[in-house]
Amino acid sequence: MADHAQPEGTRWIWNIFWLLLIVTAVEVGLGIVKPPILMTKFAGTLILNHIFIILTLVKAYYIVMYFMHLKYERKSLIWSIALPALILIPYLTFIVLVEAGYMGAVTLTS
Amino acid sequence: MASQSTVENTEKAIWGGGNEPLGASYGKLMMWFFLVSDALTFSAFLVGYGAYRFKFGDLWPDPDAVFTHFPGLHGEYPLLYVALMTFILIMSSVTMVMAVNEGHKMNQKGVTYWLLATIVGGAIFLGSQAWEWYHFIVGEHGAVRFEDGRMAKVADADGHVLSLHDIIHGKEATHDHHEKFNIEQVRDAFGADKSLQLLLPGKERELISYKESVSLLQNSYVVQGANMKENEYGHPLFANFFFFITGFHGFHVFTGVLLNFIIFLNVTKGTYERRGHYEMVEKVGLYWHFVDLVWVFVFTFFYLV
Repeated sequence: MADHAQPEGTRWIWNIFWLLLIVTAVEVGLGIVKPPILMTKFAGTLILNHIFIILTLVKAYYIVMYFMHLKYERKSLIWSIALPALILIPYLTFIVLVEAGYMGAVTLTS
Repeated sequence: MASQSTVENTEKAIWGGGNEPLGASYGKLMMWFFLVSDALTFSAFLVGYGAYRFKFGDLWPDPDAVFTHFPGLHGEYPLLYVALMTFILIMSSVTMVMAVNEGHKMNQKGVTYWLLATIVGGAIFLGSQAWEWYHFIVGEHGAVRFEDGRMAKVADADGHVLSLHDIIHGKEATHDHHEKFNIEQVRDAFGADKSLQLLLPGKERELISYKESVSLLQNSYVVQGANMKENEYGHPLFANFFFFITGFHGFHVFTGVLLNFIIFLNVTKGTYERRGHYEMVEKVGLYWHFVDLVWVFVFTFFYLV
């Protein structure tokens, strides 16, 4: 059935809670300290920002997969939810930000 | 005969109806599809925010310099308050998982308890957001806007931000956040203290020398706090996006609290005990976790990056 391999008890809930809390604490710590080594630009933005985005995606993965229980749904359901988001959101981000970066460059030079 | 053919139909075609091809009930499936569309809406807003931030890089405020208050503490504590708000929302997500978990066990008392905890968590989050909006709207330092539309704050010789109140009344005077200043007072303060300079809002913390500052102040005006037309933190669109995106998220939280409350009432009345399952709790749970999920992204793109 749909609920295969669903974990028992409440231990797993607290494990995810601690994971989310620690990742958030690391983000806040990095945001306050701003280690100089991470303040260099790489692929258009600071390395620190890349780390923030990766950590955010990690948190999102755990919220959706475990809290929202998507991991234990049928494969067809997982992909009907994940694919539209995974294709459309990066696509939208890519086209809009590339265009905006260009607009910024044009306004600065004129 | 008719009923028999229906049965045959379900056996042959998985989409015949009465079947759950995705292994989820109609209600749960529709909640998921709604959440996907809502995720796309939120990503469009955040990408829009990103677009204007990319476009107006230099005029875009450094978020660390905008959200620095913490209740009961004086001084500047960037990120601390939003970190607390994030913690509250994650915590209320955990209590929601607990409620769903108790629902699987058909434990009415457990669901009641954890759902109530979730509602309280959501209400605390909304209160925190109201507090943050209040401080954002009232403002902290005050700024001046030049003729060309750029903004700047006042800084001392070392580049530390000073509020308009500090330079006009002195640092020792009691602080009244609601006092309105005008540009003549700022010009007088610059006339009296030649160590002052102006600081641009961007991440580079670019300073304008005293001499240039004085000439820029000839054609400037004072901006205090934030509204839809302008704000003291930087480009006007920054406040617009802040109000719109955190407002839209807050509206989702509010709706979530409302839905949780309705389901909570049903739980206490024993509706789901009679129905034989607590799937409604799972459905509002999905919505509630989604609200938490969106906040994770708002937190990153409004406060961290």
